[in-house]
Amino acid sequence: MACPQASEMVSIAGGEYRPLYINKDFPKTKVKAFLLDIDLVTNQQFYQFVRRNLQWEKNQIPSIFTEEGYLKHWSNKSEHWQPNVQIEDLPVTNVSWFSADAFCRAEGKRLLTVDEWEYVARASKKHINGNKEESYNQRILDWYSKPQSSLASSTLKANYNFWGVNQLHGVVWEWTEDFNSSLVNGESRNDSSIDSKLFCAAGAAGSADPSNYAAFMRFGFRSSLQAKFTLGSLGFRCAK
Amino acid sequence: MRIFLLLIAVTFIGNLNAAKLPVEKAILTAPPMVPPQITRKHPAKVIIKMETVEKIGTITDGVEYVYWSFDGTVPGSFIRVREGDEIEFHLSNNPESKMPHNIDLHAVTGPGGGATSSFTASGHTSVFSFKALNPGLFIYHCATAPVGMHIANGMYGLILVEPKEGMTPVDKEYYVVQGDFYTKGKYGEAGLQAFDMQKAINEEPDYVVFNGSVGSMVGDKALTAHKGETVRLFVGNGGPNLVSSFHVIGEIFDKVYIEGGTAINKNVQTTLVPAGGSAIVEFKLDVPGNFIMVDHSIFRAFNKGALGIISVDGDKEPDIYSGKQADKVYLPEGSTVQDVGGKTTKAAFAQSKSERIRFGKRVYESNCQACHQADGSGIKSAFPPLAISDYLNNDPKLAIKAIQQGLRGKITVNGEVYDSEMPAMRLSHEDTANVVTYILNSWGNKGGEVTLEDVANQGH
Repeated sequence: MACPQASEMVSIAGGEYRPLYINKDFPKTKVKAFLLDIDLVTNQQFYQFVRRNLQWEKNQIPSIFTEEGYLKHWSNKSEHWQPNVQIEDLPVTNVSWFSADAFCRAEGKRLLTVDEWEYVARASKKHINGNKEESYNQRILDWYSKPQSSLASSTLKANYNFWGVNQLHGVVWEWTEDFNSSLVNGESRNDSSIDSKLFCAAGAAGSADPSNYAAFMRFGFRSSLQAKFTLGSLGFRCAK
Repeated sequence: MRIFLLLIAVTFIGNLNAAKLPVEKAILTAPPMVPPQITRKHPAKVIIKMETVEKIGTITDGVEYVYWSFDGTVPGSFIRVREGDEIEFHLSNNPESKMPHNIDLHAVTGPGGGATSSFTASGHTSVFSFKALNPGLFIYHCATAPVGMHIANGMYGLILVEPKEGMTPVDKEYYVVQGDFYTKGKYGEAGLQAFDMQKAINEEPDYVVFNGSVGSMVGDKALTAHKGETVRLFVGNGGPNLVSSFHVIGEIFDKVYIEGGTAINKNVQTTLVPAGGSAIVEFKLDVPGNFIMVDHSIFRAFNKGALGIISVDGDKEPDIYSGKQADKVYLPEGSTVQDVGGKTTKAAFAQSKSERIRFGKRVYESNCQACHQADGSGIKSAFPPLAISDYLNNDPKLAIKAIQQGLRGKITVNGEVYDSEMPAMRLSHEDTANVVTYILNSWGNKGGEVTLEDVANQGH
């Protein structure tokens, strides 16, 4: 195995944006400048982390930090769980928030906040704010409406946005540092209080952009998670 | 002593009520089948386990769609419980799902109809319990944001809460749920079609179907019954947008449980099924045949797929329905289209022989076909044949004359004598030229072309 390469990062300039749940009349949310991994963390990189930190191995990890499906797509070879060669360079999935957080810390980095993720992810190829582009949201919605197919290098396409960050959309959902702080409660029709950032689906009077269904779905998705969950459609990247 | 025994008895019975209910696992069925009627006369604790599944399916030939579903079908499994039952609901979200899902059952009295308590990430299960307080036929659906999209992709089904006294037995019960679908491409456009949010907002569906796809209950998938049986349909409407005008062609609903509730209407032709609502219809099959379920907002039935068939076998009942008893000619004087005055657009004139044939066909169908038949064979002893007719092929001008001036008296065609009267047809010169050209070039006739001059030369 080659020496692990810490993922390359790009610099994201500070700015402001309006999160979905903040009313138009309220000031925008400020995002400070930060560094962000260009790519999602891969199976290979995560494997290197586990080899150096055996307490995060599938057999060792305490059950409060994850659940049964942890790294279930890796193979059990000679007492170690490791990814097959074919999936080494694919984004790692089936990891809990705790393990993702530990990985980033081990690299002197951290998980990014929801605000930071949404701020960077709304960029299209050409613009910092892709929401103005006609098909931008629809393309994202199209991915959300397809079932999760298994990741394969043949189907993964590079998708660098304005900031030079790759595959923020169309590959996997991503863990964020504070995913559980903006909640949809399970009942998506009577959420309306701005204080607790709850909102109603499609046509919510309180939301900044009722047509941004993609954002609704991301917020909905994040609300269904708990930190120990592992999903085959959920990976992560790190920030600084 | 008696009072003491009475006290013990009362305590015992009181404890019985507080004692646990018998536990049973619900029988769930895939559409169009329905679980058997409930026979027990007491409440039970019913365990229901359902799974949300996202999968690609066929909405019509050549067209695929990513369905989000309960238990892999659209509509999802049919749930049948009894008024007063305590239901323990386990909702699992398949690990392959991309989205979180939940369930709102309209039978639930409680926040979100269960949605608040069943919000489930993929690869996980939520459990919640509720008591079925009201009897009726209720829709259930996913209520995860954006709700309209989850419903539009097929996440709905029916739960029946039978009243305490039960329902009257019938011979056949079936499960039919209407839904509207919104795709990027038009109706029938091939390939994997994505959901179109804008069309859904505009309430402009491309597909309106029963049980999730065009033709779901057609051909070998038609619902079946025998003449003499009473059929009960549990009809739901998942929407997301349209209201249904549910009708069975050739039948009348003897009984309608209005909106799936307790009130009963009788002798109803078409009943409304609200979006997110239901109706129960019952009818006795008095004659055999194919009876077609439709949404009587009729373009939905014939152009978008809201059509299903109930195929009924059995002996005919001619007193109730005779079938066609006669097929006679109806030919009043002046059979061409009457001019009612006012502006008429100038008709196009044929520019070539092939155009004459094409235009002439239309003229033939409107004016000649009733007697001379679509294949030019005529009717024996009444109307001479035009196909391979020696009378016509020897001298086509006779045809022009017959059309323009009529024809009375004996003529011999292909060896048969006809002594009839053909009225003058009042066709324009252009139409005459076209129709005779068409006749000459059809059914084995010798061909050729009749021009405007030919017609004019015949005099009028």
